[in-house]
Amino acid sequence: MTVTISPPAAPPSPVTPKAARHRNPVRFVVLAVLAVLLLLILAPLLVVAINAVKSPAEYASNGPLSIPTSLYWDGIVDFWNRVNFGQKLWNSFVTSLVVAVLGVLLSILNAYALGIGRVKGRVWFLVFFLVANLLPQEVLVYPLYYISKEIGLYDSLIAVVIIFTVIQSAFGTYLLTSVYAEFPRELLDAAEVDGAGRWRTLWRVVVPISMPTLGVLFTFFFIWTWNEFFLPLVFLVSNDNQTVPVALGVLQGDRMMDATTTSASALIGILPALLFFLIFQRTLTRGIAAGAIK
Amino acid sequence: MKRHGYAPYLIPGVIASVAVIVVPLVMTVYVSFTKWTGVGSPRWVGFDNYTRLFADSLFWASFGHIALLIIAMAVIPTLLGLVLAAVLFDYIAKHFGDRWAGLFRSGYYVPQVLPVAVTGIVWGWILHPGYGALNRILEAVGLTGLAKDWLGDPDYALYSVMGVMIWFQLGYPIVMFMSGLQRIDPSLYEAADLDGAGWWQKFRRITVYMIRPEFYVVLVTTTIASLKIFGQVFVLTGGGPSNATLVPSYFAYKNFFEKAQVGYGSAISTVLTVLIVILAFVFLRLQNRAEDRA
Repeated sequence: MTVTISPPAAPPSPVTPKAARHRNPVRFVVLAVLAVLLLLILAPLLVVAINAVKSPAEYASNGPLSIPTSLYWDGIVDFWNRVNFGQKLWNSFVTSLVVAVLGVLLSILNAYALGIGRVKGRVWFLVFFLVANLLPQEVLVYPLYYISKEIGLYDSLIAVVIIFTVIQSAFGTYLLTSVYAEFPRELLDAAEVDGAGRWRTLWRVVVPISMPTLGVLFTFFFIWTWNEFFLPLVFLVSNDNQTVPVALGVLQGDRMMDATTTSASALIGILPALLFFLIFQRTLTRGIAAGAIK
Repeated sequence: MKRHGYAPYLIPGVIASVAVIVVPLVMTVYVSFTKWTGVGSPRWVGFDNYTRLFADSLFWASFGHIALLIIAMAVIPTLLGLVLAAVLFDYIAKHFGDRWAGLFRSGYYVPQVLPVAVTGIVWGWILHPGYGALNRILEAVGLTGLAKDWLGDPDYALYSVMGVMIWFQLGYPIVMFMSGLQRIDPSLYEAADLDGAGWWQKFRRITVYMIRPEFYVVLVTTTIASLKIFGQVFVLTGGGPSNATLVPSYFAYKNFFEKAQVGYGSAISTVLTVLIVILAFVFLRLQNRAEDRA
């Protein structure tokens, strides 16, 4: 499978908006249909947002669709304090950041040996990383749970960081190897002529030139780790160690959760993810095509 | 210039992969041939877990549910995404400009960037029979008869989950296909225009034909994602009501961590893994053959 990073820019459309002479109504019908679909997709998030800042009394009398007459922050503040949400945000942030950094580093080392070094048996290594990337986490979870208990890493962010670094780097290795296989040989030869060893060549030539791809990988690893649910659910049992998705997920069905509290909890779960999306949007849309296999 | 001695760069990756992937995988396969509660030592029982599994109606039911979820997560989003991507790419972008196409693409993609657990909370609340927004909306517009216990009624729960999954998945094929469409030479469309081809003909003969690689990738990745589905089911329904939304990964999870039937849970996840790996390799073969022919 060929994996390439496509350039972000679309080729200029042959017909520019101004040049579209016939202003027929069909195109506004098409636009309206797409807009309605967009509204339907975003509607659940909008409904969550308006109810997160609505008082329970107002929800009871006016229902979910009324615009709140006044902003009511108590639902969010109460929920935040009750679950100690700042701590969960910090746990998620640290875990995702460390996994993204270590995952990219491990991918670089693997891909350097496989893509540029072309070590013996590299096809089998690649098959291994491809399969590792496909494995359902269920098939790894119990032994990992058992081993981490034996070595005292159960209920610790360190275990989650180690596991996700390896899982994400399986994908990263697969992607980056195909990028490094096309790496311009002249540059490597030039570095060798200049007397640079392999270690220097890696950090002074290969890494700087592949920075855009590494940026895509970093972004993916960060967001994927942030959104992970299954393994953190199993590993992070104590309140102080939970990540955002786990903390919110296990509260479902809790009898303390009424309509407005639930939407408050959903809103503070949505906001960080939406923030990352806005920050990383360009990298993401460019990289999704590259991340074909996930 | 031949390069040697890159093997040391693989050492950290190999050690980490052995510890986190190979050893747990082998352990799970071994445990699947034993009876084990998670404490003490496993007792070898041969193929007992597998014969029990293939006679277990819950196991077959969970795979039946996956078949429906593949429709919701792979088939519908791929087909709908193909049409939407084509409309955005060669209709909206041409008549209204690339900015509009990009805006719609990002908007449709938003559900994909939210943590799975959080989307579960959003929908769990909207579909809640007592205080949920959907039933309140139906009542408000006089369609009280349509109000249902969306996630609590065994007749509707799976369809509700399917609806949520279409909402969740739609953005991924759109982004993938739009990036694939950028490869197409605009002169192909111009030639087709000269030959008097209509929009539908161009869509079928050029668009669909040219983005076959993305089509394969989207179909197989979304199919594998549906086989692995866990988070949404955990948060939305917990596999219920009366197992109406049970899926293999949740079935394995319950056996591991609720029933302490680790051997049986391992057998379930081993079968799931084998299925996913077979699917991936069949896909790779098909794709290679398609590329050879092209």
